[in-house]
Amino acid sequence: MTTEPGDWLEGNAMIKRYTKIAIGLHWAIAFLIFCAFPLGLYMHDLKLSPTKLHLYSYHKWIGITVLALVLLRVLWRITHKPPALHIARWQETASRIVHGLLYLLMLAVPLSGWLMSSAKGVKTVWLGILPLPDLVEKNKALGELLSNVHTALNYTMLLLVVLHIAAALKHHLVDRDDVLLRMLPMK
Amino acid sequence: MKHFAIAIVLLLLAYDASALEYNQVQLNQSKVSFGYKQMGVPMEGRFGKFSAQVAFDPDKPGSAHARIDITLASVDSGSSDADESVQGKLWFDTKNYPLASFVSTGVKPLGGNRYQAAGKLTIKGKTLDVSSPVVLTVNGNSAQFDGSFTVKRLSYGVGIGEWTDLDTVADDIQIRFHLVVLASPSSNQQRKTP
Repeated sequence: MTTEPGDWLEGNAMIKRYTKIAIGLHWAIAFLIFCAFPLGLYMHDLKLSPTKLHLYSYHKWIGITVLALVLLRVLWRITHKPPALHIARWQETASRIVHGLLYLLMLAVPLSGWLMSSAKGVKTVWLGILPLPDLVEKNKALGELLSNVHTALNYTMLLLVVLHIAAALKHHLVDRDDVLLRMLPMK
Repeated sequence: MKHFAIAIVLLLLAYDASALEYNQVQLNQSKVSFGYKQMGVPMEGRFGKFSAQVAFDPDKPGSAHARIDITLASVDSGSSDADESVQGKLWFDTKNYPLASFVSTGVKPLGGNRYQAAGKLTIKGKTLDVSSPVVLTVNGNSAQFDGSFTVKRLSYGVGIGEWTDLDTVADDIQIRFHLVVLASPSSNQQRKTP
């Protein structure tokens, strides 16, 4: 039996995992999204204060970081074939759709935030160091609209993330297959 | 005789031109704005309402005079969330100090179309000396005065309490003005009346 990079023995079965880079990106992005989402919910209703402005900046910095990492991830996905799945046909189709939508949202959510920030007249300066170009002119009505778009995209993503996690757990705990293991960092 | 008449007219015109005084501020074409940094982000704000008096004779810049009164409640801070809070006690306290004013104390020519205007800037009841370079652009009957200078907001007690922390909103506030002033066709006598 030959082993290739990305293959590890797990019990008796050979599991073909994602590459280290793909696994690293997946969990880094997941972690950042899990920070940015509740942060966004929390900061929005705060009374204006230095804390609020700090949190807004952190939220934007995380969002832009996610955007950059997702672009890397898309690049990885284009240049690599994910490890094969051994699941029912309909599940594979469903997973393809959900993953496609998740990629789309992971780009659209930070992008809509960046656009909103531009429309509201607040330049996005990543980590307070790197100024990003304003994507649109300052426009109050557009800012409000983009704020709603950003919210709607986020709740759509929340729904898909819940679905994504539920499916992963179902495969791991109920079907006891290697779907989740493929994306777990190796021990 | 004909040439003489033309010469007289030209002389009068020349005299008229040299006696021009720019003193009719066109508020709708003028602008008072400011820039500041918030969390490292450059922000742009402006004041929607202000009044200004200018008397400027290019031949006698030393006797030039300017006064600008800004209605602070007209502030557009650059972020709609902040417009209301910036009028509160911690910032401008517009209830007690509705106006900020600049009164010139002297204008020095720097050569060419550049001048240095010194004056007293009063914000929130505190008066401090400021000085601003001014660039004059003359276009026929109309003169544009453009300048900018930096003040420290904390020296006027603007943004106190929790906002004293300069990490969030920087101390340096760049104030910019663009005044469009028309020349009055008046004579010397008329010019002396206020």
